[in-house]
Amino acid sequence: MAELIATSPLRDLTPITIGNVTLTEGIPGQVWAVLPWRGATEAASTALQSAHGLPFPAPGNLHKAGSTRIAWAGLDQAFLLGTTPDTALAAHAALIDQSDAWAHLVLSGPATREVLARLVPVDLAPAACPKGSARRTLLGHMSCLILHPGGDTFEILVFRSMASSAVHDLTRAMTAVAARDLRGAQTPG
Amino acid sequence: MLIPCPQCGPRDIREFTCKGHETYMHRPSPAAPPEAWDDHLHNRDNPAGPTREMWHHVAGCGAWLVVERNTVTHAVTGAMLAREVAR
Ligand SMILES: [Zn+2]
Repeated sequence: MAELIATSPLRDLTPITIGNVTLTEGIPGQVWAVLPWRGATEAASTALQSAHGLPFPAPGNLHKAGSTRIAWAGLDQAFLLGTTPDTALAAHAALIDQSDAWAHLVLSGPATREVLARLVPVDLAPAACPKGSARRTLLGHMSCLILHPGGDTFEILVFRSMASSAVHDLTRAMTAVAARDLRGAQTPG
Repeated sequence: MLIPCPQCGPRDIREFTCKGHETYMHRPSPAAPPEAWDDHLHNRDNPAGPTREMWHHVAGCGAWLVVERNTVTHAVTGAMLAREVAR
């Protein structure tokens, strides 16, 4: 039988540093969609809490307990990140392993919000998107999930097939922001 | 144009797809005459003023919404989850 070599979604496309912003590939571990059965969101949340120490997140929220996280990921949908869901959850929710379906990018540095502002139509300023936020939105033309663990770091999940397009769009935005910074620095007086 | 998604808050038009008048919420019974199905599928008014439409938050939370919109002013005056409206 053929020996298949596993590659990461971003292969050798990252890391990239342009100006003061760095793009790297994240390691979310596993990505499990948790979709509570109709009317079972509370029961699913209770089961999540006892098994993983995490609630079913309200819209827009990201929670962390140790190395496990849970992010709101759409209507009646959350992504459990970094672990396998406890089997007790299966009584309250559909559980789908999407680990290989997503590319996970991490963007950090002082100008991160300026870079994302060129591609993302939601407000990522601290007042509108505080630490522990999760946003379903667009990155350019791509559907994405943006996580904000805090500071000037944002994590971006795009469909795996979009990985190189996401890197392309982000590096173009990083270049444009860095060019403006450079021009500003060189303008006399 | 911003649409106030009940799940996500006010979001840019780019994240949505318009799916047409809320007529789609009112499906005829399977036994309804062909005229009723013709109306349901094809025939629409073209109002100048307030109207209610289905919008899909396709690049956001994925919810189907019923959006109240004024076709003259483009003002969006409300949005609800379609499943809440259907109840
Ligand atoms: Zn939404």
